[in-house]
Amino acid sequence: MPKITVNNKEIDFENGMTVLQACELAGAEIPRFCYHERLSIAGNCRMCLVELEKSNKPIASCAMPATEGMKIKTNTPFVEKARRGVMEFLLANHPLDCPVCDQGGECDLQDQSLFYGLDNSRYTENKRQVKEKYMGPLIKTQMTRCIHCTRCIRFATEVAGIPELGAIGRGEDMEITTYLEKSMESELSANVIDLCPVGALTSKPYAFEARPWDLKKTETIDVMDAVGSNIRVDTYGWEVKRILPRINEDINEEWISDKTRYACDGLLKQRLDTPYTRENGRLQKTSWDLALKLLINKLKSFKPYEIAGMVGDLADLEMIYSFKNFFEKSLGSTNLECREDRTYINPTERMNYIFNSKINGIEEADTILLIGANPRLEATILNARIRKAYIKNKIKIYSVGDPGDLTYPYKKLGSNTSIIKDIVNGAHEISEKIKKSKKPLVIIGNSALSSKSGQYIFETIKNFLFNNNFIRKDWNGLNVLNQHASRVGAIDLGVYSINDNNNFSFFEKMDNDEFKFIYLLGVDNINFDKKDKFIVYQGSHGDKGAEIADIILPGAAYTEKNGLFVNLEGKIQKAYKASYPPGDAREDWVIFKDLANKMGKPIGYNNVKILRDSINNHINQKITNNINKINNIDFVDENILIKPVDYYYTNSIARSSHVMNECRQISKKFLFTGIEKAS
Amino acid sequence: MSIKKISENQPKSFEFSEENYKEAEKEIKKYPQNRKASAVLSLLYLVQKQNNNWIPLVAISYVAKLLNVPYIQVYEVATFYSMLNLSPVGKYFIQVCTTTPCMIRGSKKIVSACEKLISKDQNQLSENKLCSWTEVECLGACVNGPVMQINQDYYEDLDESKSIKIIKDLLEDKFPTPGSAKERKNAAPEKGKTTLIGIKNA
Repeated sequence: MPKITVNNKEIDFENGMTVLQACELAGAEIPRFCYHERLSIAGNCRMCLVELEKSNKPIASCAMPATEGMKIKTNTPFVEKARRGVMEFLLANHPLDCPVCDQGGECDLQDQSLFYGLDNSRYTENKRQVKEKYMGPLIKTQMTRCIHCTRCIRFATEVAGIPELGAIGRGEDMEITTYLEKSMESELSANVIDLCPVGALTSKPYAFEARPWDLKKTETIDVMDAVGSNIRVDTYGWEVKRILPRINEDINEEWISDKTRYACDGLLKQRLDTPYTRENGRLQKTSWDLALKLLINKLKSFKPYEIAGMVGDLADLEMIYSFKNFFEKSLGSTNLECREDRTYINPTERMNYIFNSKINGIEEADTILLIGANPRLEATILNARIRKAYIKNKIKIYSVGDPGDLTYPYKKLGSNTSIIKDIVNGAHEISEKIKKSKKPLVIIGNSALSSKSGQYIFETIKNFLFNNNFIRKDWNGLNVLNQHASRVGAIDLGVYSINDNNNFSFFEKMDNDEFKFIYLLGVDNINFDKKDKFIVYQGSHGDKGAEIADIILPGAAYTEKNGLFVNLEGKIQKAYKASYPPGDAREDWVIFKDLANKMGKPIGYNNVKILRDSINNHINQKITNNINKINNIDFVDENILIKPVDYYYTNSIARSSHVMNECRQISKKFLFTGIEKAS
Repeated sequence: MSIKKISENQPKSFEFSEENYKEAEKEIKKYPQNRKASAVLSLLYLVQKQNNNWIPLVAISYVAKLLNVPYIQVYEVATFYSMLNLSPVGKYFIQVCTTTPCMIRGSKKIVSACEKLISKDQNQLSENKLCSWTEVECLGACVNGPVMQINQDYYEDLDESKSIKIIKDLLEDKFPTPGSAKERKNAAPEKGKTTLIGIKNA
């Protein structure tokens, strides 16, 4: 390994590192604004100047490749003077408005000027004034504060794949803007707020809401999609003020989607804070005692096979598991289902319903085949990973079905299932390419699995991958792209009704009106004919499910309870309580415990620890290495249509959110991508 | 200098004339296929030549589509170079150099002459719509400062009265002779050679 000397300390570094990275390895802190590990190098802020032996000028360490035998100093008066000079120029045009700036307290410029800057200003001239720019409903701009680090431009172009930001003008008149001030059309756009080292781009919904030091920070897990992004929830009292990303290299790196970040105002609206019962067609407020009494009486009047239960898209493992135990032990019913969207599953082994290659593994893949999937809207962060893999390795990406603009180029193969037949039989040109690649990755989306040919597509692709040795110990190319945070966990815990010849026996019974009593656990995405069915809704938001319910039991939302979530890779992550449920609402698993106790048929555990142990045992049993194959599935000729995803409206929290509603209106108004095909 | 103002009166469409389209294709062919975005500056200059010395917004999106790059990238280039105008300019477009050497030699007086005779603000047409003016950075003729550029020609060694005369001529649609106002050749001494007198071709 080559060696470099930093402040008289000799260290080894890897080839390809910059001087800045080598200095960090040696433990020397280098101030910087434009440099960011995940973006390309710009080298325009000049804050990272260091002294290089035999060079009479200081060098910009972020842009200088480290070489063998370099002698770097970062703590000499020479370097300090250089930094002070750079800082003075940066501050020459930066307004002194920290007291009214939302970045205050978490501002790189504020912090670094304290440590590396001068204590006063020698600049008496007028400061530059720049007009504010419109960048959509999420990003508030105050461009006078901009120091032109171009992080936002690089993020939009490189990571988000939406080259809409740019710097116009030159020199002192340089301004950052979108083309003619159009709103940024990306699901990752709000990450530029975190990237901005100053207060030029700040959060519009969070504007003037709180100061960072006033907020209680809780590190937890997101539930807006199945990716399970790691987030930090900032609360002030009960209110969730904002949500920020947390670094997790295996999942979301340090980005989160706009929905994850801004659906949080939906946690304050449309909340169910007290139990309701329907009397004479109108929902009336009631107490827990009365509601539970009525519920138990009702339950006793139905036979177990008439009772059904469904699990919604935001449920955690504790609540799913106690729901299931309540049904099986207390009610004696096994009519349970979690698949609101009626997707095909084969739950015999765990790899059949998870993303086996792992999100991290996308970067190792050399060919990607999407089948009926639109990762951009179904799993935004995962799509950013595919784009990263495309940029890094120039991999080939193919798609069966037309998902539209995915921010990277891909080849459309058509949308008929016969293409899959051809690929599997070796009759398609792609077939050979997949066979030749070392680590191919096939992503099967919900649109494919919920079509009639779902079973055919899944099982034949699985057999194809298995026969070509792409399902092996070090690589598993079979991936199912789930959309809902609760789905993998619910399947892990066995919340589905499948019999030998029908994957959808629950829905068959429901369509035939065999159920008289349906218990909806946070189910809001399903449309069915209520008729004379008795419906209980338990959940956090008054949405579609609560509308048709006869009894409503208020539950806690994802930020208001400790819970386990399984993400689409099958990774179990723990979410922590940041706030508490409003009014009389309670944590969901406690509701089932009380209900079971009141019925005299307890579910068998009284504290979270025992509950979690038993969940872990249940899931561990699922993890096996056996592979069962189903051969001879009849070919179904069908066109795979990718279901449109109403991105900003996918769950009850997002639907309650004012900010999401605004984003939705704007995204409907125009679909502008920056690049239009040359005519 | 300040950021360029975009004209409020924008044409609805723009397309290269047949001749210019061929020229544009020639420019694009100078670069490898995957680097054809490099032709952006030559194309914008062609647009400007065709469209009375200024670039409308439709032309920016037209060029972007031609080169298959995002609009903003073409827009960045168009706003960066002072050579490219984003709002209509006069038939006679005066660019006054105000960088240090010219400033020391009195370019501020030329600027005030322009303000008085043509228009109060930069980039605005004179009353008879013949002239417009702007301040620019170094025109690269420092030794002959102060300098102004009118369309393609340089007017050098100016002072207040000489520049007023030139501007007045322009406003009457007369085109004065370009070059040094002191009638010296290039940057040669005013009253003939003072050194290297005996040497031929020096």
